[in-house]
Amino acid sequence: MTPESRMTPAASSRGEPGRRADASGSVISDREQKILGIIETARSKRAKFRDAQITMAHGAGGKATQGLIEGLFVPAFGGSALEEMADAGAVALGGAELVMTTDSYVVKPLRFPGGSIGELAVNGTVNDLAVSGARPLALSLSMILEEGLSADELRAEVEAIAAAARAAGVEIVTGDTKVVERGHADGMYICTTGVGRRDPRATVSPASLRPGDRILLSGPVGDHGTAIMLARGEFELDASIESDTRSLWPAVDALLDAAGPAVRCMRDATRGGVASVLNELARASSVAMIVREGDVPVEPAVAGAAEILGIDPMYVANEGKMVVFVAAEAADEALAALRGIEGCERATEIGEVRTEPPGMVLVRTSFGGRRVMDQLVGDPLPRIC
Amino acid sequence: MKFVDEFRDAELGRALAGEILSLVESGRHYKFMEVCGGHTHSIYKYGVDDLLPANVELVHGPGCPVCVIPMGRVDDGIALAHEPGVVFTCFGDMMRVPGSNGSLLDAKAAGADVRMVYSPLDALRIARQNPDREVVFFAIGFETTAPSTALTLKRARAEGVTNFSCMCSHVTIVPPLRALLESPDLRLDGFIGPGHVSTVVGARPFEFIPADYGKPVVIAGFEPLDILQAITMILRQLGDGQCEVENQYKRVVPYEGNLRALEVMAEVFELRPHFEWRGLGFISHSGLKLSEAYAELDAEQRFSVPGVRVADPKACQCGEVLKGVIKPWECKVFGTACTPERPIGTCMVSSEGACAAYYNFGRFAREREVV
Repeated sequence: MTPESRMTPAASSRGEPGRRADASGSVISDREQKILGIIETARSKRAKFRDAQITMAHGAGGKATQGLIEGLFVPAFGGSALEEMADAGAVALGGAELVMTTDSYVVKPLRFPGGSIGELAVNGTVNDLAVSGARPLALSLSMILEEGLSADELRAEVEAIAAAARAAGVEIVTGDTKVVERGHADGMYICTTGVGRRDPRATVSPASLRPGDRILLSGPVGDHGTAIMLARGEFELDASIESDTRSLWPAVDALLDAAGPAVRCMRDATRGGVASVLNELARASSVAMIVREGDVPVEPAVAGAAEILGIDPMYVANEGKMVVFVAAEAADEALAALRGIEGCERATEIGEVRTEPPGMVLVRTSFGGRRVMDQLVGDPLPRIC
Repeated sequence: MKFVDEFRDAELGRALAGEILSLVESGRHYKFMEVCGGHTHSIYKYGVDDLLPANVELVHGPGCPVCVIPMGRVDDGIALAHEPGVVFTCFGDMMRVPGSNGSLLDAKAAGADVRMVYSPLDALRIARQNPDREVVFFAIGFETTAPSTALTLKRARAEGVTNFSCMCSHVTIVPPLRALLESPDLRLDGFIGPGHVSTVVGARPFEFIPADYGKPVVIAGFEPLDILQAITMILRQLGDGQCEVENQYKRVVPYEGNLRALEVMAEVFELRPHFEWRGLGFISHSGLKLSEAYAELDAEQRFSVPGVRVADPKACQCGEVLKGVIKPWECKVFGTACTPERPIGTCMVSSEGACAAYYNFGRFAREREVV
């Protein structure tokens, strides 16, 4: 890519609102261009793991997490399934293709408006299978329990797990229990592993996005993460915000029926939110994306809480929302199919895939400007003023 | 959101952009400094830059409270956090600011009890709930946050909470502005004045800028329309040959400021003879410490704080960025050695810092079309 090819074609329209140039009259100076090039190259490289110790940022789903996975885990374990870094890995078994995924749940508090750790532990793993284009079949269940956990709390979670598994149509086929001393495990941690069968209608891959593809979102963002933050009671904010935890398989099923091969990729927008999904896939497919901020649905209460806390809902976790990339010609059918599913009634198109600059997600703000929507760095730390 | 969305109206934004275009003289280049980091953040978040004509340039000023804290001060905080029995509390974005050997987040990972709070009152609550621990609040910020620290200290004393203390790193807005204006390499045509600070200090303290330095100041709110309107007001002053302090943020800022807040601050704090600013060096009478009457709540007296001076990293040009002498991307280490995940200078740490804001939001949105 030459520097020229990056310039806006609007160099001659200086002085109009919406266009910018520096004092020298060039749209962007060579020096700045060079620096931006260096940053772009650095970003597109596989992340390294150079930290001296694990901090909370390594678990937040942003750049530090990426560094840990790409810099330590993938090089150590190799393998083509892992290399793809999808939500689930494929295992060929005779004629059938099985898909496998695993996830741990450490949410605090255990119960929150709209759900609980048990329900999450089923839906989260089921959703990783579903968005990989696999019909969820079976789950394993490992529980790490803290000494002193009340039997009633445990019973409530076991019931929540059973109910969520029934609703998602998966069977719990094996399990394990460990108890750790008081002071560890925050009541309980749960780990579930899921197995599913690849759906023949699905041809999804993180590297398959093409310029022109449409970006669909299955509903309002930020509910789960905001509900959890408020449930912790640290902010003295009151709002009726409920977690959106639910199985996404019915939505995936409908989507594959309506748009099958036109569905390029699906991702459930959990930790790190929609912004992290978009960034990951922009990099994986080496494409640009443009998101229309005004089209992203956010519940007013979530928007209000995010505004007060100085957090962008696009980076907040969801537990029942997915981002779908679909070929332009099938976008309307896909959207209609999604909207017919409970929990996805407010599905909408939020943007599209472009060519340049590769690996970048850009936002057209509601106010009429543009900016970069970058990967999350560290935990989302609130601004002070 | 009611009473918020109105200030983010795209159509009104376009109208103001048109007005700005009609007010600028072609062939003249305008440089305005937004003093406050909150403005920098809004400018990038909403893409306000995109609506400005080519010859209106915004320069990001020194008003990011996190960005101006020097490295030695962070080291002092970390040393305190490692004291046995201490719970060290601070605002969220302070936790990532690098000291000479890691940040408070790293100290937390290494075992120090560092906790994020939203308000100094949260820190006081932690103290009440943990009577066997020593709770230290790392107080930072301009006059915007200083009154809440002052009120918290008053309350701590009234309630007789003895295990609470404050490491005061509050700063004041006028001395650094004066230092900037004195700097010979600075070229500015006007100031977008700090809205939040002015809710406390009022508009009067900025009168020296037009009076002594001949630059217009318009105190502005933080919504994108506020910023565009402030720019039209500065341009009008320049066009009419006027030069004064104007208040665009009248819905919040009284010209005389908040007298009760100023009173509480005067009671609890006193000026330090000098305070070191990241990138700007020592500035006289620019920092606050606890007054004699509150000495027993002063963490720097209660604990032995190393008080080491650490020179800013050589490669770091935060000072020049803060002065608006160079753009973030003109810094030698911008985007290469210094990134939001591994910041060298504090301008890269807080999302309000000029460098982080440019890196996160401005980098590509500016100047480039998406194809």
